Amino acid sequence: MTLNRRNPQLNAHGELIHLLSIEGLPRAVIEHILDTAETFLSVNEREVKKVPLLRGKSVFNLFFENSTRTRTTFEIAAKRLSADVINLDIARSSTAKGESLLDTIANLSAMHADMFVVRHAESGAPYLIAQHVAPHVHVVNAGDGRHAHPTQGLLDMYTIRHFKKDFTNLTVAIVGDIVHSRVARSDIHALTTLGVPEVRAVGPRTLVPGDLREMGVRVCHDMAEGIRDADVIIMLRLQNERMSGAMLPSAGEFFKSFGLTPQKLALAKPDAIVMHPGPINRGVEIDSSVADGRQSVILPQVTFGIAVRMAVMSIISGNEA
Amino acid sequence: MTSLHLDAEALYSDLAQRVRPLLRPGSALVGIWSGGAWLAERLQADLELPGRHGVISSALHRDDFGERGLSATVDATSLPFEVEGRHILLIDDVLFTGRTTRAVINELFDFGRPASVTLAVLVDRGGRELPIEPAVSAARVVLAADQKLALARDEAGRFTFHLERSA
Repeated sequence: MTLNRRNPQLNAHGELIHLLSIEGLPRAVIEHILDTAETFLSVNEREVKKVPLLRGKSVFNLFFENSTRTRTTFEIAAKRLSADVINLDIARSSTAKGESLLDTIANLSAMHADMFVVRHAESGAPYLIAQHVAPHVHVVNAGDGRHAHPTQGLLDMYTIRHFKKDFTNLTVAIVGDIVHSRVARSDIHALTTLGVPEVRAVGPRTLVPGDLREMGVRVCHDMAEGIRDADVIIMLRLQNERMSGAMLPSAGEFFKSFGLTPQKLALAKPDAIVMHPGPINRGVEIDSSVADGRQSVILPQVTFGIAVRMAVMSIISGNEA
Repeated sequence: MTSLHLDAEALYSDLAQRVRPLLRPGSALVGIWSGGAWLAERLQADLELPGRHGVISSALHRDDFGERGLSATVDATSLPFEVEGRHILLIDDVLFTGRTTRAVINELFDFGRPASVTLAVLVDRGGRELPIEPAVSAARVVLAADQKLALARDEAGRFTFHLERSA
């Protein structure tokens, strides 16, 4: 095997062969993905919304955890690249009968899979798969445990670049449940790699522990301090299970302190954009008038997400291990 | 080094003269990225054609994607007019195997059904691997397979040809 020990996502020439995490990806690789996504954005507006780059390839969507939206955007992206897409609802199939992850992969590889798009509750599951597939097979992490959600991170970077052009003079505030969020982790790695001078992690102590400072972010336990003069505000979804886990008093209490309302948004720069990975909980982390307001770019994020996933899939499938 | 000398400016003048009679009402110039796009831009101005020329990229329809992957450059297609029903005049600097021409014709049809497609090139270097012939070529040359003929454009917009050894 010629796998790069330090970064299994890159081949010996430094080219992307899997997308597992944004952590450790060189800036040039991230920028190449964003540039390529720009080309694909226009493909989605053509009369024929399809290009033949993945013609004859089989992409298996392996979702060990449910996610209709992410799975759908991967499916659309693969189909617009002319791939054949097979969706497996693993949560309800062989694994439930006791088959191991690697046995599942071995069986699907025997069906001549060319790419696996994997979402798994266990951090690191896509790495394990990438280590065991044949050299021509590629793996995309569609979210693993609390670890990473690299395509969401990349589409967030695409969105920021689209609206703000330059990363090197921005203040970006990520608000909410940072500690459990793979989106936050991927965003932080991407933002620091792209040269954003100030990244803030904003939320209560239970969800934004002080040791996040090690990732190069400024930790704020006060919402006003956290979003003041920000250029970009990324709101995270508050997962209901956190309420029962005694990490938060109540949804109402959270909204009062950290929910994004028009009044709080007024503290940010007048041209600040508001992002959210979805699905949004109106009235829990974000007020409806903000989610639907003029500064919200939540729906463009979804559109950009397809182009970014097309870019990732076409780049990795064009590179050899 | 080679003794081949191609005066790109003289060839361009010849190309412009021979492209003019190919134009019909509703014709549109589309340059193949990147050299052909420079030629189309200048032809659009010199032939005093209304509107803007188009630029087309082969990147998304290349037949060697499996070996080469996606190029690192962003050579995106931009067609600032309706393709449906239009007479398209494709412009390229160097015609070789014909594979790029095939790819951009596929790309073109993703935007609509043109009434016709005609090909005009600055230099035809032979070596075709597909049944594609230009309606106009300002020069025909014979080169070794490992030689690459590249068009360059200086700051004043003037063209020169460079002969390189391909890797």
